[in-house]
Amino acid sequence: MSDILDILASAGLWAAVLRIATPLIFATLGALLCERAGVLNLGIEGIMTFGAMIGWFAVWNGADLWTGLFVAALSGMVFGALHAALTVTLGLSQHVSGLGVTLFASSFSYYLFRLLVPVEGTPPKIIPFQPLHIPVLSDLPFLGQAVFTQTAPTWLAIVLALALAFTLFRTPLGLAIRMTGENPHAAESQGINPMVIRYGAVIAGSALMAMGGAFLTLSAFDSFIPTMVQGRGWICIALVVFASWRPGRALAGALLFAFFDAFQLRLQTVMGGALPYQLFLMVPFVLSILALAVMARRARVPQALMQPYRRGER
Amino acid sequence: MSETVLDISQVSKRFGATLANDTISLSLERGEIIALLGENGAGKTTLMSMLFGHYTPDSGHISVMGRVLPPGRPKAAIRAGIGMVHQHFSLAPNLSVLENVMTGTESLWRPWSDRAKGRARLMEISARFGLKVSPDARLGDLSVGEQQRVEILKALYNDAKILVLDEPTAVLTNVEAEHMFGNLKDMARQGLSIIFISHKLDEVMATADRIVVLRGGRVVAERRAVETSKAELAGLMVGREVKRPLREPATPGAVVLEAKAVTLREGGVERLKAVDFHLRAGEVLGIIGVSGNGQAALARLTGGLARRSAGEITLFGQPVGDLSVREVVGAGIGRIPEDRNHDGVIGEMAIWENGVLERLPEFTRGGLVDRKAGMEFARRIIEGFDVRGGTPASRIRLLSGGNMQKLILGRNLIEHPKILIAAQPARGLDEGAVAAVHERILAARRAGTAVLLISEDLDEVMALADRIQAITGGRLSPPVRPEGINARQLGLMMAGEWGAAEHAV
Ligand SMILES: Nc1ncnc2c1ncn2[C@@H]1O[C@H](COP(=O)(O)OP(=O)(O)OP(=O)(O)O)[C@@H](O)[C@H]1O
Ligand SMILES: [Mg+2]
Repeated sequence: MSDILDILASAGLWAAVLRIATPLIFATLGALLCERAGVLNLGIEGIMTFGAMIGWFAVWNGADLWTGLFVAALSGMVFGALHAALTVTLGLSQHVSGLGVTLFASSFSYYLFRLLVPVEGTPPKIIPFQPLHIPVLSDLPFLGQAVFTQTAPTWLAIVLALALAFTLFRTPLGLAIRMTGENPHAAESQGINPMVIRYGAVIAGSALMAMGGAFLTLSAFDSFIPTMVQGRGWICIALVVFASWRPGRALAGALLFAFFDAFQLRLQTVMGGALPYQLFLMVPFVLSILALAVMARRARVPQALMQPYRRGER
Repeated sequence: MSETVLDISQVSKRFGATLANDTISLSLERGEIIALLGENGAGKTTLMSMLFGHYTPDSGHISVMGRVLPPGRPKAAIRAGIGMVHQHFSLAPNLSVLENVMTGTESLWRPWSDRAKGRARLMEISARFGLKVSPDARLGDLSVGEQQRVEILKALYNDAKILVLDEPTAVLTNVEAEHMFGNLKDMARQGLSIIFISHKLDEVMATADRIVVLRGGRVVAERRAVETSKAELAGLMVGREVKRPLREPATPGAVVLEAKAVTLREGGVERLKAVDFHLRAGEVLGIIGVSGNGQAALARLTGGLARRSAGEITLFGQPVGDLSVREVVGAGIGRIPEDRNHDGVIGEMAIWENGVLERLPEFTRGGLVDRKAGMEFARRIIEGFDVRGGTPASRIRLLSGGNMQKLILGRNLIEHPKILIAAQPARGLDEGAVAAVHERILAARRAGTAVLLISEDLDEVMALADRIQAITGGRLSPPVRPEGINARQLGLMMAGEWGAAEHAV
């Protein structure tokens, strides 16, 4: 019991929570934006992988870190445009198209990586983002260590969550996006082009997903490993439901999941001998499913989610 | 009154083999109310959709206040001052009233939405036209009548000068409809021009200045309301005289369905409270009531979609437990659901698939669906019930509302069910089709079918039912005979005054 309290009292745990949460925040916001416009984007896992690879590759080739992040975002936009073309223009199944994008983007990133980077014993490294020293705050006792030791993209992710919340709920554009996700015919009858809104949302959302992936190689670690996204994309899809399609709650959900994850890592080290480590690995997922089951019952799903919109049809 | 605000000139539109609109011309004056009348599938919705830019005309043009409207552009139509209230509402249930109204009214690139201003404007319009709403309510929580008010407000908020309403009263109760037409007349007095589509001749005669009749995609007649009559209009619409049939006296047979003190509780609410009724072969039992008083629960219960919480049901003299839908269909009970788009058909599927869905086992051979037999079955329904606008293979969504209803009716009656549960069977149908549906129901009655008719339309119930019970707040009144009672007394019964039902039968 005292072990658990020790873990909770360590600044390292809380610093890890924010770090683990960051890619989830980016990608969950991305998925949320797509779904608010009525498009499920299961390309998320592959788009994150590709973002991780291409962002890292840009930096390894001499670009600076922010350029790397930007390149990743651009690659996400390309995949987003592909997914939108398949689902919005052609009206194909969003599930199938999304999984296709994931399969393609994951293998393609590995292929490109092998093609562009020489095979070595240990994967090549870059110098990642360093913790941002914030005057006064970073020097606070405990809090300075626990919260204010993050790299710049983490803060960017949090700002983006707030910005997306504002956009969705306070701007005419956000209302147009939500209306498109609820009833594209109604949006159209108010002079909004649902096709354009869906394209925009999917492209922008996919850019966020790719940035989430790039955080892994540009900040959390310093090299690219093809399997490194490890199902984070799927977690994000669940987090969107958990968050009832609200950015603020998505931020909270990502932090909660990250907390479970960071906690189980530390629990493994103190109680490792007693139980098989796979049990600990399960903890965040089991708790997520529980949280999802409780939260999702009350959620209000965008009514037109996964429904293709065709003009001039009833 | 001489300023022309809208001029539709020589407009045509074809969908595959159907010529939905054939060189239609129509003009509308400022402050005028036009009613657009026509059979199901005559092309009314199509014409209005072109006006609003949902469809692009194949030929012809539309001008508003003397300016030609660019085709196929809803935004241009809105800017030109056209507001549309659709046959199926186009609203988002998860958003608030204010959000529904404000969508698309501000530039998308404005950094924030000026809700205070939007709210003030909405309240001002709502006060000016007497359309009460609460701006922050979630739209999905509102009644159908309130939702429609939101649709109208949405149009007015966009500065509509021309208001188009597609079957606005199809889903309203009588009181709500009267209220709405009062509002429309008020708006016309304030200079708005209005076009509405309706199948109900009473409201057309009472509200419209001018009446335009469409048949088979063409304008066949135009009349001033003061110069015409209901009978003439009905004739013009269908091209022949129509008369709603009346039930002839008959002696009903044995009791086929009986409910004793049946209660239905759903989610903690008592939808039905200890209701008693019985249904005999060859008789029509009419259930009247303002919608939302338990009719839906009654239909679900008898259709096998809900389980009673207490009470006894006997079917053909045998007490029965909870019935499943399959058992209900197997026992020869046909059902016509109230919400046909939602519960009646699957829009993406073909007509023949929808036709056989309820009786798949009969159309299965060697584990596969017998497509040929299914097509044949659908063809029989289409022919026997005059379903227009589609072949067995076309998707059911493309049928006009009324034709979809005829298909559902046909699917149920073609196999001569022992019991028919019909909820609002004539809703959204044109005069000719109403007469046809009534004729079918009476024919089924003659053939010995027991019909449970759930309806809000008093004329319909008076014409068809042998006995009438009113439903209020989940309770059923004792039955009365239609002969000894008038519409006013029925109205009282619907309001829960069962004194009129003293001479119960
Ligand atoms: N998008 C479409 N594709 C194919 N056919 C269509 C389409 N829209 C309408 N139609 C056909 O055009 C004809 C006219 O339909 P419309 O909806 O205008 O009829 P309506 O007069 O509004 O009928 P109702 O009173 O039943 O609503 C019908 O035969 C219908 O099946
Ligand atoms: Mg119509």
